[in-house]
Amino acid sequence: MNFDIPIDQWVTNFVDFLLEYGQSFFDILSIALETLTFGIEDSLMFPPPWLLIILLTGLAAWRTNWRFAVFTLASLMLIIGMDLWQETVATLALVMAATLVSLSIGIPLGILAAYKDWFERIIRPVLDLMQTMPAFVYLIPAAMFFGLGQVPGVVATIIFSMPPVVRLTNLGIRQVPKDLLEAGLAFGCTSWQLLRKVQFPAARPSIMAGINQTIMLALSMVVIASMIGAGGLGDTVLRGIQRLDVGLGFEGGLGVVILAIILDRITQSFGNNGIRR
Amino acid sequence: MSAHLILENISKVFGLNVEAGLEALRQGKSKTEMLESSAHVLGVRDINLQIERGELFVIMGLSGSGKSTLVRMINRLIDPSAGRVLVDDVDVTAMSNHELIEVRRRKISMVFQSFALLPHLSIIENVAFGLHIAGVEKKQAMERARQALKLVGISEVADHRPDQLSGGMQQRVGLARAWVTESEIMLMDEAFSALDPLIRTEMQDALLALQQSAKRTIVFISHDLAEAVRIADRIAVMAEGEIRQVGTPTEIIENPADDYVRAFFRDVQFSRLFTAGDIAMPGVTPGAIPGTKSSMLEPVSATDLLEDILPRAAETEESLPVADTQGNIMGFIDRTRLLEVLARGRVK
Repeated sequence: MNFDIPIDQWVTNFVDFLLEYGQSFFDILSIALETLTFGIEDSLMFPPPWLLIILLTGLAAWRTNWRFAVFTLASLMLIIGMDLWQETVATLALVMAATLVSLSIGIPLGILAAYKDWFERIIRPVLDLMQTMPAFVYLIPAAMFFGLGQVPGVVATIIFSMPPVVRLTNLGIRQVPKDLLEAGLAFGCTSWQLLRKVQFPAARPSIMAGINQTIMLALSMVVIASMIGAGGLGDTVLRGIQRLDVGLGFEGGLGVVILAIILDRITQSFGNNGIRR
Repeated sequence: MSAHLILENISKVFGLNVEAGLEALRQGKSKTEMLESSAHVLGVRDINLQIERGELFVIMGLSGSGKSTLVRMINRLIDPSAGRVLVDDVDVTAMSNHELIEVRRRKISMVFQSFALLPHLSIIENVAFGLHIAGVEKKQAMERARQALKLVGISEVADHRPDQLSGGMQQRVGLARAWVTESEIMLMDEAFSALDPLIRTEMQDALLALQQSAKRTIVFISHDLAEAVRIADRIAVMAEGEIRQVGTPTEIIENPADDYVRAFFRDVQFSRLFTAGDIAMPGVTPGAIPGTKSSMLEPVSATDLLEDILPRAAETEESLPVADTQGNIMGFIDRTRLLEVLARGRVK
């Protein structure tokens, strides 16, 4: 048996169609994302490195413990020592911009999915697709719509990193104990109050876990997005590969790992229901 | 004046086709028959109750008797399939969502078996929750919450989190949260059932003390016979979604309406149900000086069960003085009083 379903052709046609008729939409989107990303990057680059290091160390000390604060300080000094500060900040800015957009779309979608079963049924396979599609695949249309540079990197990252926060927001709100809902209603909550004062806070650990996952995925995608010119630490790794320079590749990789550990620990600390331990 | 809270022909049928379910109900099919013949689950059938202002009304039944469903229809956490709920002659079942929210904020509050405290709020914030939702200004809400906490005797844990408290303390918070809204009607769904027997008695006393300080209409759901007899002004006995009998504890015990009720109440032992403090009559015994420890006879403790003071009562013809936990004489028990309570469970 031999037959041909030209899915590749269809997708290409669809993307061509969007390119033809949606160009002005993508232009506006592009400007918005560019402003956001550069805005974050500029404000991170504006203060001298030591100030940012102190701030991050302070944040680590406040949210976790002194041991992790020491680690944060030492590892950030290491980044300066490897002369990768600029790249690290660029990567951080990309992650922050992409995460910001991911969350502001993903959390409402998760809430909607928790409220409406039909929406959950629709969105679940879409999320599966978004998450299992090899990350590189997003790079192609992103580059086609937005050219090369940071913006397509951010777009690809948004798509790749959004699923966990949608899933875990949905799950968290669905798992709020029934008696808490009854208590909220019995004391006269409107549906908006119920969401804000009962469901959302009670689902907070789950939602924070989703946010943490989204940030981690964003970081991994940002590195890949250096292939379409997103810059940052991914660029360092990429140059290491192209020149077969093991040392350079390792330095870039180490920078990513340091960033990942710091982001992971600090965002996790917001997950334990607002109780500081 | 008509009753404070009136349930009128309330029925609830769970299932996809409520109309068909109600029809089966009208044909007089029993709960089991309905389950077998159709996909409908009978919640409650044709309930009529009139609950007076300031009354502590206990709805009693085993699990599955429909009592929790019934209480949730009063504040419409569950909508009745048929019938009306009247609060001060206003039909709650006909209210718009907006009006219903107002009623829940101002007129009907609720205490839950599982406490249902919000884990992310401190104790005082939990108590102020209802006020906060109703838009009471923050400072005032916190002040009222503080007073309510004092009233239930746990001011010292105001800034703790719910998971740091024992079950009994958590339910004091639940009680304060409902009490502080000054709602005229309080629904208590198996409120003390999850607590240890000793704590349960303590909580019952706390509730009765609150009820003395300001009369609220309380609908109390329970499966615990001793609890019902101990605190109730009147009891409604439920089985299979129907009410079998309504009356004061004494009425029900003396004249059970059917075999089910009789079997239910057979094991009541008043001597283990009530404490000396429960039945002490105000005043003092001859020779005792009010508010002091001096008395002709050694007083019995207010927390002693009746069965424990029987030997003392047998020893003397005189009335037994009863001392509260501080050792002050709060009243006395004479033999007639004791025998009456033991025989008929009449306390109030």
